[in-house]
Amino acid sequence: MSKSFKIALAGNPNAGKTTLFNRLTGARQHVGNYPGVTVEKKEGIYNSPSGARVNIVDLPGTYSLTAYSVEEVVARDFLVHEKPRVVIDIADASNLERHLYLTCQFLELGVPVVIALNMIDVARDRGIAIETDKLAEMLGVPVIPVSARSGEGVTELMRVVEEVARADKDWQPVHIAYGEDIDNAILEMEERLAARSFLAELYAPRWLALKYLENDEQIVARGRSFAAEHGLAEVAEYLEGKVATVGKHLMATMETYPEAIVADHRYGYIKSILRQGVVTHTYDEDRLYTSDRIDRVLTSRIFGPLIMLAVLLGLYHFTFSYSEVPVGWLESLFGTVSAFLDRHMAEGPLKSLVISGVIDGVGGVMGFVPIIMFMFFGIAILEDTGYLARVAFMMDRVFRIFGLHGSSVMAYIISGGIAGGCAVPGVMATRTLRSPRERMATLLTAPFMNCGAKLPVLALMIGAFFSNNRAQIMFLLTLLAWAVALIVAKFLRLTVLRGEPTPFVMELPPYRFPTFRGLAIHTWEKTWQYIRKAATVILGASILIWATMTFPGLPEAQKAEFQEQRRAVVADYLGSATAADDPGEVEFPPELSAELAAIEAARAEEALLHSLAGRVGSGFEKISWLAGFDWRTNIALVGGFAAKEVIISTLGTAYSLGEVAPEEGDSSLSRTLANDPGWSKIKAFSLILFVMFYSPCFVTVVCIVKEAGSWKWGAFSMAFNTLFAFLLATGVYQLGRALGLGG
Amino acid sequence: MARIMLRDMEKGQAGTITAIKVAGGLGRRVREMGLVPGTTIKIQGRAPLYDPVALRVMGGTLTLRNNEADFIEVEVEDPAAG
Repeated sequence: MSKSFKIALAGNPNAGKTTLFNRLTGARQHVGNYPGVTVEKKEGIYNSPSGARVNIVDLPGTYSLTAYSVEEVVARDFLVHEKPRVVIDIADASNLERHLYLTCQFLELGVPVVIALNMIDVARDRGIAIETDKLAEMLGVPVIPVSARSGEGVTELMRVVEEVARADKDWQPVHIAYGEDIDNAILEMEERLAARSFLAELYAPRWLALKYLENDEQIVARGRSFAAEHGLAEVAEYLEGKVATVGKHLMATMETYPEAIVADHRYGYIKSILRQGVVTHTYDEDRLYTSDRIDRVLTSRIFGPLIMLAVLLGLYHFTFSYSEVPVGWLESLFGTVSAFLDRHMAEGPLKSLVISGVIDGVGGVMGFVPIIMFMFFGIAILEDTGYLARVAFMMDRVFRIFGLHGSSVMAYIISGGIAGGCAVPGVMATRTLRSPRERMATLLTAPFMNCGAKLPVLALMIGAFFSNNRAQIMFLLTLLAWAVALIVAKFLRLTVLRGEPTPFVMELPPYRFPTFRGLAIHTWEKTWQYIRKAATVILGASILIWATMTFPGLPEAQKAEFQEQRRAVVADYLGSATAADDPGEVEFPPELSAELAAIEAARAEEALLHSLAGRVGSGFEKISWLAGFDWRTNIALVGGFAAKEVIISTLGTAYSLGEVAPEEGDSSLSRTLANDPGWSKIKAFSLILFVMFYSPCFVTVVCIVKEAGSWKWGAFSMAFNTLFAFLLATGVYQLGRALGLGG
Repeated sequence: MARIMLRDMEKGQAGTITAIKVAGGLGRRVREMGLVPGTTIKIQGRAPLYDPVALRVMGGTLTLRNNEADFIEVEVEDPAAG
């Protein structure tokens, strides 16, 4: 056999799959504690001591292989299409009965399985003893006790996996007895399927018959399309008819459903194995564990919500207070570089490009990396401890009111419900929602949350105008984002997305101490994503925007006019028409310098207005003045469609081009805005609102289109959100002005 | 011994599931999570707004909405003792 082979890693959510995957492959992966985080396919390489190269595919966490959501379909399609040599089925030893349900389905499929009995240390502490040899013998597959966290047993696991892979046996499906009615139906259907080679390339006839009886929608649909392609319509009709007949019979005789009988018998099979002395409990099974005791407080009626609020508020304090120092370092670093280049580079478009386009653009964005890092570290703690699942549990009743699902909270949180997420993975996380309507409502409203890219924009405005209560205002803005997202979701569920609610059946994973490694991987991964985005998309956008703000340049006549004005002022002062052309080389009294600076500012502003961006921005000014936005802000907002953090770099570029260069060391955009008489608190607040709620960035829109399956929804979210944000910002700005809160 | 619906169980009360009266997606998800006839469950608690409910099942904790718990019939030792 070759030195390289492919295996799959499968198991229930929260079985410790991701932890094992990271341990085996050393991949930099996200380790969560929330059901359903691993939706995408992850691969990694494990190099065995014997020199084999094992390609491990991390399948999404599922409870079964019958289609319920996309995850089951993904997992099962992978097994059927890619035929991995071995499936490592990771099962929680302290929760074995339920975890063996999935195992049962691997056995029925026939794929070679090795069971990794995880958290064997936890089970031992709970007084649960498992006879692994006996279990292995009865299931007919190897069972290896491991602890993915500590690494105990992992080498042995991989040795056995390699052994099974080398044996390379054919798939051997296990037959579980489902009682007379079902078994007879299976036999009959199986015969017909085999005779007509129905979907025979992919599925064994017995397995296919069983899935039909389980009423698996995806399989039924696949059967229909196969039948249509191959002229076997009568086979598909027969199968569906047979299932209907069996269903009717079971309903009449036992008041139950075929799928219920199947599940009951699978659990019966598991129980019959476990009962034969495989598992012994030393303590009372109902004993309260630490996790349950914690839940008694953390999800209690009064303290639960209070603690939840306190936890979220604490996260903000952590994020904003502790990141201040490194933010300062980065700001001064970029300020120093900028000042250095200002002194040593020759005047001209290149200098302008480097300082105004590159350094201001990237510097403005990178300065916020520490905030994002602290924020993600905090989120990682909440996620990895298992607290986020409790948030979903406590929030469900509220969410249902708005026509959403408790799981919507995950998409919201990832999108920035705890400020600092990203709508791109948030929109993708809605895949775990089964009902198309709740899912659509969630993915259309998740971009309202304060994602990591809006965060620097909000932080900038807060820092410039509301610096006395940063954390409080940031917290209020988060609550506002939630309120708007929920209300809009309800509005959508009552209008374009009307329909019935979907089930909420979820697991509350036990509380766990996060591992430092897990937290570090999580934080680094998210921060790196941000940096990478900043370095590529943002740098590109920043340069593009610099170009649109620089070209076309002022016509020669106008340039000469400004030159003439300067000359006149200088000449007036020196009393001679032969004064130096460059006023910078002569020492002037302050009042003259100010006069020259004013001319220069006028020139720069004129130049920007003349540029492509200025034309677009001032074109929009006719409408945007209603919300208090001038053309500079408009340019920045247009740029923000590329990515929200571009708003900052654009404002930075706009101000360093359009204003007199700020004194050395005072290069912070925040200070520039705060000192600008054109800005006021109400204007800043109006902009904050608009930035929070207007069109999602281009990348998010693309994801919405992909997830919703139609450009219509991408266009909808752009148009709807922008209109909504504009109306809101205008309302607040006009009201603020009417109340005399500043122009 | 009495048969009641899961929704009506008190916090801390235990019982054995006797029937799951629902098919389709919800029925399948409920069953694959271990809620099948013969399974013993215990009410671990309820969310602050009394809904959803958290159950102790096979060594793990599951949550269900009340209107989903309405499909699950449970045999309890003594309804008054809850």
